[in-house]
Formats: sequence, structure tokens, C-alpha cells
Amino acid sequence: MNDQQLLRYSRHILLDPIGIEGQERFLAARALVIGAGGLGSPAALYLAAAGVGTLALADGDTVDLTNLQRQILHTEASVGRPKAESGRDALQRLNPETRVEVIARRLEGADLEAEVAKADVVLDCCDNFATRHAVNRACVKLGKPLVSGAAVRFDGQISVFDTRQPGAPCYHCLFPEGEDVEEVRCATMGVFAPLTGIIGTLQAAEALKLLAGCGQTLGGRLLLLDALTMEWRTVRLQKDPGCPVCGSR
Amino acid sequence: MIKVLYFAGLREALGTAAEEVSPPLDLLDVGALRAHLAARGGDWEKLLTTKNLRFAVNQDMARADTPVHDGDEVAFFPPVTGG
Repeated sequence: MNDQQLLRYSRHILLDPIGIEGQERFLAARALVIGAGGLGSPAALYLAAAGVGTLALADGDTVDLTNLQRQILHTEASVGRPKAESGRDALQRLNPETRVEVIARRLEGADLEAEVAKADVVLDCCDNFATRHAVNRACVKLGKPLVSGAAVRFDGQISVFDTRQPGAPCYHCLFPEGEDVEEVRCATMGVFAPLTGIIGTLQAAEALKLLAGCGQTLGGRLLLLDALTMEWRTVRLQKDPGCPVCGSR
Repeated sequence: MIKVLYFAGLREALGTAAEEVSPPLDLLDVGALRAHLAARGGDWEKLLTTKNLRFAVNQDMARADTPVHDGDEVAFFPPVTGG
């Protein structure tokens, strides 16, 4: 780190569990943020501010006026532009040192696996179950830690699935695929603006802890938030030995 | 008494986040509790029909055959997506 960086990141460097070593890990790290919406906005903003070296920002959508109530990466001037591009501009304004790679498409198949393979940590900030399961499969296959967040209405869920740890569950152990879950979409059900900020910010915190190797992550624990009562509940998770995604690992 | 918690879409549909339930004497496990509550009819049947509904007993992920005892806390939660 040069003098400017030592100063810029001094408040992290002062924290013993992070220190110079942890900050250097942030600067050298590559995070994949899937979804540049309500969760991806705060998550990516905090990762950029914290000095994460490379942020790959993936989203195939364009900015819509209804997004602006909570998707704080975007502004009125971004309406109609690809979210990944609009997001890159905001992140670059915040921290020009962070390299932002724009992935202005929905990641799937080999494309998704190639991006996951390059990442040190993956943040699932997407809005549908099909992508959640695809991202989980790629992370299990490639041994990458996954920070999974979800928010709709007043309800939030967040956990970390780090199958590098022995006995750790994956997303599929928790919510098996193929049970035809009805999608509850923000477009029809609404979403409380700061709820996405709360969950997305937690995702950034867990990603940074994973990168620095400090503290205890949410691995093996699911947090449920009811933002109407602002009550959190923890559920301790178990690996499903018969899980078709991670069971044999 | 058993403390029962409802999350996300379920809480929304039932209009309640938590309640104390006095279980029938023959109530043995989470599945039986769920059936007992669903027998109230109407929206309560969502306890049986909500896809991928998950349970926790005393904050540990549970299954339908996980035993439930007096004084336990049982949570019902569906998956949430939306980002």
C-alpha cells in the first residue's frame, strides 16, 4: 500500500482482526456481485469503499424508475441504461481504485462458472430462485464461498454457504430445488427500501470477513429478519447428507 | 405451551407473527403441529400447501418428524427471494 492507501484505509487498518494484512487481502481480492439491484447496490458500494480490488458486477437488466426507491447505485439519469454499467459509474465515483468489470447479462451455464471460478467470494443479490440454485451449484463445484441474501416486502434472509468448511450446508440443503416455489417478486409484492440496505450491507460485511479471514461468518446459520417488528431469528442449519449438490463432498 | 413463529409470506397470509399454542396431548412432532394448525382451515391450510416451507425447533433446522415438547419454540419459514 502507498501512503494514500494507508490513509484511506486507516480505519480498517486500526482494527486488529483486519489490520494491514486484511486490507491487503481486500485490495488483492475479486468479488463477484450477482445482481445490481436492491441488495447488490449497498453490497457493492461497501465493497468498493472498503477497497476491494476488483468487483465483477453482473446484471442483465436496465434501470427502471421503480428501481430508484431502493437501488442506490442508480439515479434518474441511469433510467434505461444497463444496471451493470450504471453501477460501475457509481462505484468508480466512490472509489476510482476499485476495478469494476461490467457483466451486463444474466450469468448462466459455463459463463456463470467461469465468473465464479475467478472470484474469491460470490455475493448472490439476485431476485429469482433459478439463479440462486445455479449460483449455489457453481460455488459448490468450484469451492467458492457464497454470501446469499434475499429481501422482499418486510422479510429478509441471509446466510453464508462455504462448502470449503467440512460439514457446511449449501443453499440446496436449506431450500431444495424443484419444489416449484412460487416467486414473490418485488414488482407485485413491494419491498421496504431500507430492508434491502440492511441485508445488502450484511452481505458486504460477511464478504469482507471471508476475505480477511476474521471473525465467525454466518456459515451454518440463517438469519431471518422481520423488518416490521425488527426482530431477528437465527436458525442453525445442517448439511443434508443426501443433498444432490453438495452431499458427496 | 408451544411458541409458534411465522415468517415472510406465511406471516403475511396469517396476519400474525407469533402465538402460543396449547397442543393436544397426542402431539408428537412438527408435522403433527403443522396439521393441527392447518386444521383451522382457510389461510391456515397454507401451512400444508406452501412449497418448500421449512421448520426450526428451538432455532435448529428441523424436519416434520422432529419431536416437539411443551415449552419449545417452533418457527415456520418459506424461502425468500427478491434482491
